[in-house]
Amino acid sequence: MSAALLRPDQAERYRRHLTLPEIGLDGQRKLLGARILLIGVGGLGCPVAQYLAAAGVGRLGLVDPDRVDASNLQRQVLYGTGDLGRPKVEVARARIAAMNPDVRVDVFDAKLTSENALELLGGWDLIIDGSDNFPTRYLANDACVFLGKPNVHGSVYRFEGQATVFDARGGPCYRCLFPQPPPPGQMPSCAEGGVLGVLPGLIALIQATEAIKLVTGIGEPLLGRLLQFDALEMSFSEYRLRKDPECPVCGERPTVTKLIDYEGFCGVGQGETAIAELSTSELQAMRQRGEDFLLLDVREPGEAALARIEGAHLLPLGELEGRLGELTAWKERPIVVHCHRGGRSARACSMLQEKGFARVSSLRGGIDEWSLTVDPGVPRY
Amino acid sequence: MAQIYLPTPLRRLTRGQAKITAEGRTVEEALTSIERQYPGLREQLREASGDVRSFINVFVNGTEIRSLQGPATPLGEEDEVSIIPAMAGGAT
Repeated sequence: MSAALLRPDQAERYRRHLTLPEIGLDGQRKLLGARILLIGVGGLGCPVAQYLAAAGVGRLGLVDPDRVDASNLQRQVLYGTGDLGRPKVEVARARIAAMNPDVRVDVFDAKLTSENALELLGGWDLIIDGSDNFPTRYLANDACVFLGKPNVHGSVYRFEGQATVFDARGGPCYRCLFPQPPPPGQMPSCAEGGVLGVLPGLIALIQATEAIKLVTGIGEPLLGRLLQFDALEMSFSEYRLRKDPECPVCGERPTVTKLIDYEGFCGVGQGETAIAELSTSELQAMRQRGEDFLLLDVREPGEAALARIEGAHLLPLGELEGRLGELTAWKERPIVVHCHRGGRSARACSMLQEKGFARVSSLRGGIDEWSLTVDPGVPRY
Repeated sequence: MAQIYLPTPLRRLTRGQAKITAEGRTVEEALTSIERQYPGLREQLREASGDVRSFINVFVNGTEIRSLQGPATPLGEEDEVSIIPAMAGGAT
């Protein structure tokens, strides 16, 4: 092959790749012809998109239904203050177009669902999962298994990150590693537990590196190996993953043969219907009347440090089951549970009811609603 | 004594420590030992049945215990046990 197969401006732009014997002209042409879909353009997706665009990946697909929020800007490096409220995929497309005109960007301003996933993922060579929730991760995994596509996985939480390559054609899939999702609330999300801003950048670049290696066919892919990064310890650990012959999706006798209801599978929205709710004004009235009740805050300590309702007893949802002993005096007395916006408190109520607590209710809208409607002195976050 | 590496979410139960030491000749004994040392850990690690929760993987020296001898996997003095849960975070 001769360098003439690239335009002169491309030969100039990708010179440092062309100089690498492992990539060279052949590898760069593979990158220019590659089609890579990013699920999520957040903390992980932003740096992945930037570096793959810079590397000259010819087609990038971006799937994300979110709008840019101020709390994203600490780590989602494609967005700035002027982008608040705009669709992430649109801002990302404009940034990438300005970076490198060789890259064609297709955007999907939508949530990945069981209805659209196979069609959405179908036209791409590989998938990069940078999503932020378990239903999407299991959905992306199963769709990749059914379509026979590699899934470059990355996930982050607080100070830790994980990266690996799933490819059921020759290695494990996400379900081989984690057959079942954690029950809701068991593993707090980044929104609830926080994340060090630079952490997704590190994990994202491992994902981007693996994508480039897969496209160009060089090196040893991170297939069947889970790389775990700990920023506090500043250590990488590697764990060997095996393909599980009993895997319900990619095993020898699969029991899941089409996309399912992933929200249901992950328990999202379950057990929350039979929960008594209390409005913020009702809570205020109870307080003013000096009623006997326990106000239980099931958020994380970091959130309580930002904003709290006076008199609330803090007991994070993840610790609730192990610390029920603290609540024995309230087994028959009223407990009002609150969190940030009402999701975790509903789950806590559901669990407390199961454990025999007779009079639990969940504060509708959480501390956020309390700040909006009752006490503006409580900061919103 | 084997070393046990804990993920961030569990460190609030171990006063922030990432690595703790455990007595025991098997993975099961080591887990029981740290569960005794740190209240609250057992509820996080186990199902009501006593099995390790299915979204948590236990590795000995980098190999998942399902490919070894499960909870009965023997442990030596120099072995490192790692507890790795599923984490979802990425975008929002």
